[in-house]
Amino acid sequence: MTQIRLTTPLTDEDVEKLRIGQQVLVNGVIYTGRDAAHKRMVDLIKAGKVNELPFDPKGQIIYYVGPSPTKPGRVVGSCGPTTSYRMDPYAPELYKLGLKASIGKGKRSPEVIEAMKKYKGVYLAAIGGAAALIAKCIKSAKVIAYPDLGAEAVHEFVVEDFPMVVVNDTLGGDLYQEGIKIYAVK
Amino acid sequence: MCQEANFLLGEDVMEAFKKGCETEVSNTGKEILQILIKNAEIAREEQVPMCQDCGYAVVFLELGQDVHIEGGDLYEAITEGVRKGYTDGYLRKSIVGHPLERKNTGDNTPPVIHTKIVPGENLKITLAPKGGGSENMSQIKMMKPADGVEGVKNFVIEVAKNAGPNPCPPVILGVGIGGTMEKAALIAKEALLREIGSVNEDPEMAKLEAELLEKINNLGIGPQGLGGRTFCLAVHIKTYAAHIASLPVAVNINCHAARHKEVVL
Repeated sequence: MTQIRLTTPLTDEDVEKLRIGQQVLVNGVIYTGRDAAHKRMVDLIKAGKVNELPFDPKGQIIYYVGPSPTKPGRVVGSCGPTTSYRMDPYAPELYKLGLKASIGKGKRSPEVIEAMKKYKGVYLAAIGGAAALIAKCIKSAKVIAYPDLGAEAVHEFVVEDFPMVVVNDTLGGDLYQEGIKIYAVK
Repeated sequence: MCQEANFLLGEDVMEAFKKGCETEVSNTGKEILQILIKNAEIAREEQVPMCQDCGYAVVFLELGQDVHIEGGDLYEAITEGVRKGYTDGYLRKSIVGHPLERKNTGDNTPPVIHTKIVPGENLKITLAPKGGGSENMSQIKMMKPADGVEGVKNFVIEVAKNAGPNPCPPVILGVGIGGTMEKAALIAKEALLREIGSVNEDPEMAKLEAELLEKINNLGIGPQGLGGRTFCLAVHIKTYAAHIASLPVAVNINCHAARHKEVVL
């Protein structure tokens, strides 16, 4: 299957041409965040303190991950995606501020799918549990905010050809529903 | 043990991946299974965790009744082992001390310890690190005896369908039928320890396992929920006597990183 190479920061045009089922290789800077970091970021947005966010979401990608600790001499620990639905209550606020993609695994809520249509964003699934392999795509890693959260701190990763699949596109398509339709035995 | 369990995926799981590569009808599904084999190889060679979620340390103890343990508290010793294993092995600490206050304990303790007293003079320790993603998709239902085997089947299939891509498929389903509420949940988790590919001792349950496996894979969810026929690698059922009024059914889901390590002392 053909793979589409994406380099951050992303524009509306970059994500608008993506369709569910396509394989994507992400390059450039991406940011990490899980439950606790999302709660802090959305609390800031709600308090009108957008300028205090760890990064400007415009054109960026957020990766739902809590890496394992980095062994000496390595760039980062194992770092596969975590289940995305736990970030659903927070994700629309970030898409509204221009976030172009989130990376995780598992289903998104109708509200998030709607927000992606409205603000032109996509949801990409990395392979859950392929954490040792994914770590090889990460060329540099540093914590940029919330170090007190440990694995849940916000990291800045520089990635090279990080593979994933488009699950939700800007048209509201959902690969988790369409894939099942193709392979279900009637 | 904590480190070995996290670095080395069992041969039974690897075999199931390889078998899946041959039988999977979706190309994306096939590719995913190949990637998972590669991931396990990297983890083994480089001694790194196969998954960043190094799990809740669930420990099953089988303590021989003739064993006398001297020199301290056995549970404290196990806790210390988990602390040391997760810290020295650069494994992720995923435990918060209070479910509502949610402050990380920093060393992946405490473990969850299940103890069984058995005849003999051995102590068997099984460590099964359990990831949060698949645990979150597990369910228990107190069914009516009138629901019978059809009701049980429908519930198990419903749990699988509802879980979809979330628990990192291909998964293993541990199904506990009978007992009380907590017993059903415990035997469901014990069922996950059985080797993939082994046949249930109870021929009726073996048939039920095969039927459920086929029906669940025919849902079309596939590896990672992206479509295909390899959603589930195995269904393992364990049963226990039930009350005349009850039919408890617990479905415990394990992701493909089905980790366990066993020692006998």
